[in-house]
Amino acid sequence: MNELINKVTKLLNDKTIDAFIGYGQGSTDRVRAIFARTVEQASKLIYTPACTFNLSGYLLKHEVKHLGKLGILANVAALRSIMQLASEFQIKDGEVYILFVNDDASLTEFSDFQSIEAFLEKANIDITPDEKARIEKIEAMSVSERWEFWNKEFEKCIKCYACRAACPMCYCHRCTTDVNQPQWIPVASHERGNLDYHLMRAMHLAGRCINCGECANACPMDIPLNLLTYQLIDPIKTGFGATAGMKADAVYALSTFKPDDKENFII
Amino acid sequence: MQDFEPKIVAFVCNWCTYAGADLTGTSRTKYAANVKIIRFPCTGRIDFMILMKAFENGADGIIVSGCHPNDCHYSTGNFHARRRWIVFRNLMNFTGIDTERILFSWVSAAEGFKWADVVNNTVAKIREMGPYENYNKIAVSTLLKEEVSNHE
Repeated sequence: MNELINKVTKLLNDKTIDAFIGYGQGSTDRVRAIFARTVEQASKLIYTPACTFNLSGYLLKHEVKHLGKLGILANVAALRSIMQLASEFQIKDGEVYILFVNDDASLTEFSDFQSIEAFLEKANIDITPDEKARIEKIEAMSVSERWEFWNKEFEKCIKCYACRAACPMCYCHRCTTDVNQPQWIPVASHERGNLDYHLMRAMHLAGRCINCGECANACPMDIPLNLLTYQLIDPIKTGFGATAGMKADAVYALSTFKPDDKENFII
Repeated sequence: MQDFEPKIVAFVCNWCTYAGADLTGTSRTKYAANVKIIRFPCTGRIDFMILMKAFENGADGIIVSGCHPNDCHYSTGNFHARRRWIVFRNLMNFTGIDTERILFSWVSAAEGFKWADVVNNTVAKIREMGPYENYNKIAVSTLLKEEVSNHE
């Protein structure tokens, strides 16, 4: 922890960065994101086992972007987010100063995207066995059981859009959800609007989701909405050979094609 | 259920399937009148949201059709559409939307008879399956009715 504070203090002092995004103590026993702009603020940085959430969602937020040159404490999910955002031309190489805490609490500094790509090749990027089991359980249901299951889950949705705000990939200035001419997504949170919203969210994240799980973490109603995008990871990987967030120059799987893409349902 | 007439919406591309459907008509081939054809510039334009809106507004079945691969008027529109359908079909299946009710096909401008077959087969299949009750429960008309009765 001290090593992190010293490092960030040094970076702030010699003006390498203007602000550092890291973890700090929240008002309860939970951790929260802090944006250190001064040495004093940097001294409040912490790194505990509870510091697991993906901070990269803040990188493109208007308020944070305008703090100047940013540094960030990244975990594997955040590194993948940064790679995915780079492939979508949202972050340039060298634009963000990236620190990573190793298992032995030492710090790694990623100077360019190439080193992140090399690191991610060896990192564990799979969804957890628990999440895998939940997806398999849903897949084993019949079609109408699945419909009932998701209808019940979506029924809880209050359309707070916390999942959208928490997602590092949801950075559009005008989301389809906000469009009202035509009103693609009904504003009220009834079954139809909720289904529309969640399917739209899942489709727009298909092939871009880096399985950090922030959407489900953010959900106040405990909807397992991360499973919607997680279960699309495999088909996109096996079908199109694409995994999100691994290469800074990757092409989005759904904005390209191969003439011999395999399907078995078009007559 | 005797007098159930399936409502089928067909989303077709302007250059192949729409012309193919025209050919069906000009060759005096009859096909089921249950289908409402909506013409799009290209299958690449057929967004997944549009398909959902069809179900929401009471469609019992959907046909999506366009040019065969390599025949797209814009060279690549149907290739992009195909990838999107593969992913969207996966998602529909996972969320319990009946993928049996949505048919994807390639019908070229010369395949007037294939179009008649595609429509007739789909209508027969949906007629057997009955109305799409799951989706109808959350359809626009149902929810509107509920809202009205709540106010009364």
